Amino acid sequence: MEKQINIRLFKDTLFKGLVCLFAFASALPLFLILYYITKNGIAVINWDFLFNLPRPIGESGGGIGSAIVGTIMLIILSGVISIPFGIATGIYLSEQKKGKLSSIVRLCVIVLQGTPSIVIGIIAYIWVVLPLKTFSAMSGGIALSIMMLPVIIKTTEETLKLIPYHLKEASLALGVPYYKTMLKVILPAGLSGIVTGILLSIARITGETAPLLFTAFGNQFMNLNILKPIDSLPYRIFYYAMSPYPEWHTFAWGASFILVVFTLVFNLIARGISAKWKTQF
Amino acid sequence: MKNLFSKVRFLTLLFVFLATGFQAFAGDQELLGAGATFPQPLYSKMFDAYYQQYKVKINYQGIGSGGGINQLTKKTVDFGATDAFMTAKELTEAGATVIHIPTCLGAVVVTYNLPGNPKLNFTPDVVADIFLGKITKWNDPKIAAANAGVKLPNLPISVVNRADGSGTNYIFTEYLSKVSSAWKEKIGAGKTANWPAGQIGQKGNPGVAGYVAQTPGAVGYVELIYATQNKMAYGNVKNKAGKFIEPTLKAVSAAANVKMPDDTNVLLTNTDAANGYPISSFTWIIFYKEQNYGGKAKERAEALAKLLLWTVNEGQKYVEPLQYAPLSKEAQSKANKLVRSITFNGVPLLK
Amino acid sequence: MMSNCKSPAGIDRSEKRFTWILTASGAFIVVLLIAIFFTLFITALPAIKKFGLTFLISKSWNATAESFGSLPFLVGTLLTSFLALIIAIPFSISISMFLGEYCKEGAISNFLRSAIEVLAGIPSVIYGLWGIFLLVPLVRSLEMQLGIVPYGVGILTSSLILAIMVIPFSASLGREVISLVPGDLKEAAYSLGATRFEVMKNIVIPYARSGIIAGILLAFGRAIGETMAVTMLIGNSSFLPTSIFSPANTMASVIANQFSEATGIVASSLIYIALVLFLVTTIVNIIGNYVIHKISIEASKEVT
Repeated sequence: MEKQINIRLFKDTLFKGLVCLFAFASALPLFLILYYITKNGIAVINWDFLFNLPRPIGESGGGIGSAIVGTIMLIILSGVISIPFGIATGIYLSEQKKGKLSSIVRLCVIVLQGTPSIVIGIIAYIWVVLPLKTFSAMSGGIALSIMMLPVIIKTTEETLKLIPYHLKEASLALGVPYYKTMLKVILPAGLSGIVTGILLSIARITGETAPLLFTAFGNQFMNLNILKPIDSLPYRIFYYAMSPYPEWHTFAWGASFILVVFTLVFNLIARGISAKWKTQF
Repeated sequence: MKNLFSKVRFLTLLFVFLATGFQAFAGDQELLGAGATFPQPLYSKMFDAYYQQYKVKINYQGIGSGGGINQLTKKTVDFGATDAFMTAKELTEAGATVIHIPTCLGAVVVTYNLPGNPKLNFTPDVVADIFLGKITKWNDPKIAAANAGVKLPNLPISVVNRADGSGTNYIFTEYLSKVSSAWKEKIGAGKTANWPAGQIGQKGNPGVAGYVAQTPGAVGYVELIYATQNKMAYGNVKNKAGKFIEPTLKAVSAAANVKMPDDTNVLLTNTDAANGYPISSFTWIIFYKEQNYGGKAKERAEALAKLLLWTVNEGQKYVEPLQYAPLSKEAQSKANKLVRSITFNGVPLLK
Repeated sequence: MMSNCKSPAGIDRSEKRFTWILTASGAFIVVLLIAIFFTLFITALPAIKKFGLTFLISKSWNATAESFGSLPFLVGTLLTSFLALIIAIPFSISISMFLGEYCKEGAISNFLRSAIEVLAGIPSVIYGLWGIFLLVPLVRSLEMQLGIVPYGVGILTSSLILAIMVIPFSASLGREVISLVPGDLKEAAYSLGATRFEVMKNIVIPYARSGIIAGILLAFGRAIGETMAVTMLIGNSSFLPTSIFSPANTMASVIANQFSEATGIVASSLIYIALVLFLVTTIVNIIGNYVIHKISIEASKEVT
């Protein structure tokens, strides 16, 4: 009897140990990746690296200025396209909890979220690049906005669902029209959640490379025209990583550092907003 | 409702503002080109210098010769670049006359990563057998036969080929088809090829060079400059005359000493020249002869014509420092003639 | 205030317009998805007509003979994704159990949770870069030990990187389902003297099984569509892989490598592959989400 219990307790401890071991072992790659990025990347980061343009192949020096600007442009473009649509659809879904169309829309959002980024790249190539007859920031922004949509829709819907019904009832009872209730009462109440969703979706697309291969294309010059090809951080990292030049490999690490900082900042702000400014009911 | 609409209006305005704002910043002329990675180091140098001098931005992306031809045909770029002359089928698919102008010559070298990086001699058969997967170890007697005195390691060979449609691929496979009947039968010549199983594919010359540089025992084929810039070892190849030739600017020029047809479609592989390197080739920029298509502005077409003229004339001074071989007098005059034949609405763009 | 006032008819009109805008943007998503499907279908049509369904089982991808089959890529995709899941499952389930049961709150669990979240946020291309400089040399030295051609890149390397990439994804889903296991069930078992291990084995895991499987399914959907990291590490060979060390191609990586130069039948064959990829991920996602949806409904019923 005593022995039996000991075996059971031993199994319990062993299992617990294994769970802890595996759980913490999964955090190990993160530290290895962050270590590599910091070790190899931070040394190359200086003003020149951040603001200069890439140099011709084989010449030393140069920077990722155009890539940073390109990435910011892509974020703005895809945000401008997807935020209004995303929020409107999110409101629609939160209002129409049942109903045929809304359940189909919900299904489509799920499918869209799972669609591989390379497929969206092809779509943007066919829809935008071929008709406009040029690779462009626009086509990249459209590809990325398709990837942002599901995240924004889902977070908007979920946030608005959590807002208590009596808030809406109170507003309607005062004779405020329905649309005004939604825009002036419900939406502001859920603002922190929606903003969090937007930031998370930005964090998601900032590092996307595959949809940009056939759309934004890359550019070694600074470009602010949305109808022309632009550079972007992930594309540049890919380009530098696959090259044979040791200096470019360090540049890839440096650009990775910047990119990780970008995504981390978006993630952190998002979490901060949802933690601090969450409207309590 | 006013509010909602003012918001919608605001967003539209913001969008229009952003679009025009970005437009307004874009003062400089910009041309877009894409294609071969073989001459990319040269083009990126040339276009950088061109920008310094004329403030015209030329955005060139190395996506492979196949990509260059395809994107030109789809009219998404102003010019393409390829190291393989377009095939008859590709020329028909292009729909209108496409002009090829040669810009320089280069050598495809067999580069490898071995301890101590010895200089190796390759016979055509050995090159074919390595890439056919028949020779699998570096200390194979067939390799050793041409390399007396070199200590070859007992290391498996990791063969690297091109994963994308590539002019470099075409030059290399076209050469091997000429010198090896087994190759011609099994693999043939083309921008894409049916490589034997168990080989690594990499994208572009940089991809192949990058993989070879990092992998002990790897072998691949790249343009000379990629090997020299990265201090990678590359082999001498035995030519038709029976000499082991080191790939150099001179050896490439020697191979290029041929009669040039008016469309500049000429193959230099397996040259008869006694001192010629057998895997050399021209590389071309391709573009439509009639530039008025797809709503292109005349200024843009003019900028392209001026750039091309510069590339085959003043631009040639950048060729040799990067170890490509410059165009011969004959090739240069033919190229000039071709550039001057560009038209806009049927009217020549250059006087 | 008065100036802002509108006649009831005006309000009514605005009202209608507002709901119209909402419905339209909802419908827009549906149209978008249908348009994606049809764009892929129509551009893939030449290849579908030419090769039909044998495209899926033919193993030759031969540009010179213009015969195309996607079997090597299907196999490459499935092999890398399955291998990645096998590697990832012990880790992700451990995390789910640790965060969902052993250590629900506190500094340690917060730390682990944030670490996993950050891991999920690292871009694919950076995983690829890291893989080139850390995993590839590691795998290469393993291959040297085993006496096979030391490519370094290949199926195993890609699977390792995919495993790291999907762990956070399946772990966060697993944590949610495990924490949904009703407390009274567990308490009942504890009160009978069960150890934690026994509670996990006999109560929590069986209860959460379908949710965990759904999480794994969704992670699978994520893995098969992953492009950049795999393209950088798989070795791009269009042949049926012969071992887990072989270089191969996945559906996504072959598109990334060849799409920009593809014309005619090659292009439509690549889009055919994209269509297959799209349909497979769609099905996987619908099933996975359906299961999870059902579980959360059941859980909410039990609470009330």
